[in-house]
Amino acid sequence: MNGLFGHVNQNNDSSEQDDHESDQSSVQHDIPAENQVSDVEAKKYSVGIDLGTTHCVLSYVELNEEVDEITQQVMMIPQLTSPGVVEDKKQLPSFLYLAHEAEIAEGSTTLPWTAKPDHLVGEIARNLGSKTAIRLVSSAKSWLCHAGVDCKEAILPSEAPEDVGRVSPFEATIAYLQHMKAAWENQYPQSPLDQQDLIITVPASFDPAARELTAEAARSSGLGHALLLEEPQSALYSWIDNSLGDWRNHVNVGDVILVIDVGGGTTDLSLIAVTEQEGNLELTRVAVGDHILLGGDNMDLALAYTIKAKMEKESGNRLEAWQVQALMHACRDAKEKIFNNPEEEAVALVVPSRGSSLIGGTLRTELTREEVNQVLVEGFLPEVAANDRPISRPRSGLRTKGLPYAQDAGITRHLAGFLAKQQSATEDLEHVNLPENATFLHPTAVLLNGGVLKSEVIANRLLKVLNSWLQAEQAPEARLLEGADLDLAVAKGAAYYGVVRKGKGVRIKGGTAASYYVGVESAMPAIPGMLPEVEALCIAPFGMEEGTSETLPEDEFGLVIGEPVRFRFFASNTRRDDTVGMRLDYWTDEELQELDEIEITLPEEGRKAGEVVPVHLSAAVTEVGTLELHAVSQQDDHRWKIEFDVRAGEGEE
Amino acid sequence: MKNYSIDLSLMPTTLDLWHVYLIAAVLVLALILIIVLLSMVIGMARKAKHLPAEIVKTVEVAAEPEIKIVEKVVEVEKIIQAPAPEPIVLKESTPDAALQLLGLLQKEARFIDFIKEDIAAYNDADIGVAARVVHEGCNKVINEYFTLDRVRQDKEGSKVTLAKGFDAAEVRLTGNIVGQAPFTGTLIHKGWKVTNIRLPKLTTGHNASIVAAAEVEL
Repeated sequence: MNGLFGHVNQNNDSSEQDDHESDQSSVQHDIPAENQVSDVEAKKYSVGIDLGTTHCVLSYVELNEEVDEITQQVMMIPQLTSPGVVEDKKQLPSFLYLAHEAEIAEGSTTLPWTAKPDHLVGEIARNLGSKTAIRLVSSAKSWLCHAGVDCKEAILPSEAPEDVGRVSPFEATIAYLQHMKAAWENQYPQSPLDQQDLIITVPASFDPAARELTAEAARSSGLGHALLLEEPQSALYSWIDNSLGDWRNHVNVGDVILVIDVGGGTTDLSLIAVTEQEGNLELTRVAVGDHILLGGDNMDLALAYTIKAKMEKESGNRLEAWQVQALMHACRDAKEKIFNNPEEEAVALVVPSRGSSLIGGTLRTELTREEVNQVLVEGFLPEVAANDRPISRPRSGLRTKGLPYAQDAGITRHLAGFLAKQQSATEDLEHVNLPENATFLHPTAVLLNGGVLKSEVIANRLLKVLNSWLQAEQAPEARLLEGADLDLAVAKGAAYYGVVRKGKGVRIKGGTAASYYVGVESAMPAIPGMLPEVEALCIAPFGMEEGTSETLPEDEFGLVIGEPVRFRFFASNTRRDDTVGMRLDYWTDEELQELDEIEITLPEEGRKAGEVVPVHLSAAVTEVGTLELHAVSQQDDHRWKIEFDVRAGEGEE
Repeated sequence: MKNYSIDLSLMPTTLDLWHVYLIAAVLVLALILIIVLLSMVIGMARKAKHLPAEIVKTVEVAAEPEIKIVEKVVEVEKIIQAPAPEPIVLKESTPDAALQLLGLLQKEARFIDFIKEDIAAYNDADIGVAARVVHEGCNKVINEYFTLDRVRQDKEGSKVTLAKGFDAAEVRLTGNIVGQAPFTGTLIHKGWKVTNIRLPKLTTGHNASIVAAAEVEL
């Protein structure tokens, strides 16, 4: 049997030099016949992992040469839901619980693949953490993109007392990946995950350091072959996949698709233009938004605090923290009831007592439609004008240890800011024409993603506000692209992207979502009391494609052997025309965002410490999708890697 | 010296003590002989009966080596498995299923708290508030772990006809049950059936009889 397969594959290998074909044959050759269960052969899959802020999802597609039909399957992930109880769920909540040794009975954390997991992740972590917040690690992903902390330092939970053993955001990410890897290998022992095509999604707004950390977490989990894909792109791939080939009838050349992805913890915006090349439709991701820490969890929390204030006013008693927690859960369900039943004016909310006496101690109140509209619709999606901008107060002098949550909860204001900032994003595309008088980029179609936007009231409000801006500039209304699967689209789209990479579908072009700069001191006489002026030197242009590199030809730096050298590092998601080697001596805060410093240390390696080596900088985008910076010696072309994640020390100001 | 001569024609005329002894001894010996002979004959007869059984036994003995070989193969397999880590077995939820369901109802719906409370002491409004907790929670448990379907798709109160050979477990007849199928009657209750159960799996160390752990806040 096996010999026969080997023979067939050899034929294929010689006739068609297809990557996939040879991959498949190598998989089959690697597995000795004895280990195979009778006629079950090792199948090859394209696997997509949505590594979300609040939930992870794994979807997969069997890569089959003959069948063109793509069948998406979402893996049921076995996970503990409470001590001693294992359930299969489509989503793995991205939470990690650091249990005290006295808290968990022996043998009650068994998973199908291990008797005692290193960390409690998934539903059990969220459940235990709802009562013991000091041991709960949440939103690890948002920390990865948090300037000023070292993501490999054990800093989570940030509010934990001294004797709770902490973990780093990086370790937490590895724990989620390893759980999903083990779940996969438990289900498909014949097809180990490290031999499948694997795509992991990241927010489009992730900076190079956060992308690198994600890729590194995958490597540490034994999934070094994983590629990164931006979540809004993945959502669009999923929509294309769902349309079963019909998507070409729903978009036209010249369309600008706005992808709005409101997840549990973040809001991610992208613009994708539809163009034409030799009669074929092409998709190009032309812009991505800033990293906005604002999502569905903020909404539930806002409702809970509104109700808390109301209950305290009615009863005169203060609610305790656990009651607010319970309220938040109750609000989550109640708001969906209100959204889904247009005639429902109010839904009863109850907060059960914690003791065994249920009847006496249970609190009751109501959540009314008006409150939901006031808090969620008006609070998060206010009807603003196109020229409104998110309010940003300067951060208070003391930087807290927490995450930099968005200060303005108005998603519509963030959207207005994004569209205005990206007004010139489509300038270079011949098929997209923006009217002369436009004050912001006019999207013609909208794709929604994320659980929050499942509610029609919220989705409709978002569209209404956007269309009011378009109407004001006499532009046609943007239409909603229907048929998206809001909860699972990102994972499904990632798995589909694996198929697209085999040449079976249209691929979104994009490259890097920003141009990158290092800060260099300008050559001017020193003035006492003034810091020397800094110029931004472009080292990587906008839209660099995967697998390409750029070298800085003329400018050279003298690096001292053995001494760490730091550069200030900047990114711009609007300056599309800067080329490598350009120096900016002036820029606005809007244009260039300062990222964390980057660092390079030249090891001695046969040179003398203190020796100065002339180098120039080189930037490359890897196949994985991460940015890599190198210092290249002028003398012998020796290369040293420049590290991104040198955030330690920044937070200790 | 007295002369002893043997005269076979001579017959004793009286029974002297010696002769009495002699006769008794002869009788005793004869009895013993009879008993011995008898026991021998019985023993022989029994042996004769056992003879076919012995043949069967030898057949069995002949078959035994084969069985042993099979057993040995099984043992060899066990030995191979031994060095591997003990396989993790998640208990199927059959024996603990009732406890598990109670635990789920308590966790989500505070079911046991509610049932164990003396509701006579409270007014209907208070009970109503608590009933919401119980109703919402039970609803969540039933929907999450069971798929329910109605047995009859007809509307309650409508006329239904049951063909011959209908499933008596699915439809219960009541009232004026006479004659033969097909039966025609009024659908009083549409019936419920569980089409799918997805109860969580339990780890082997899990004590399902604790349907709600005591909670101590530090």
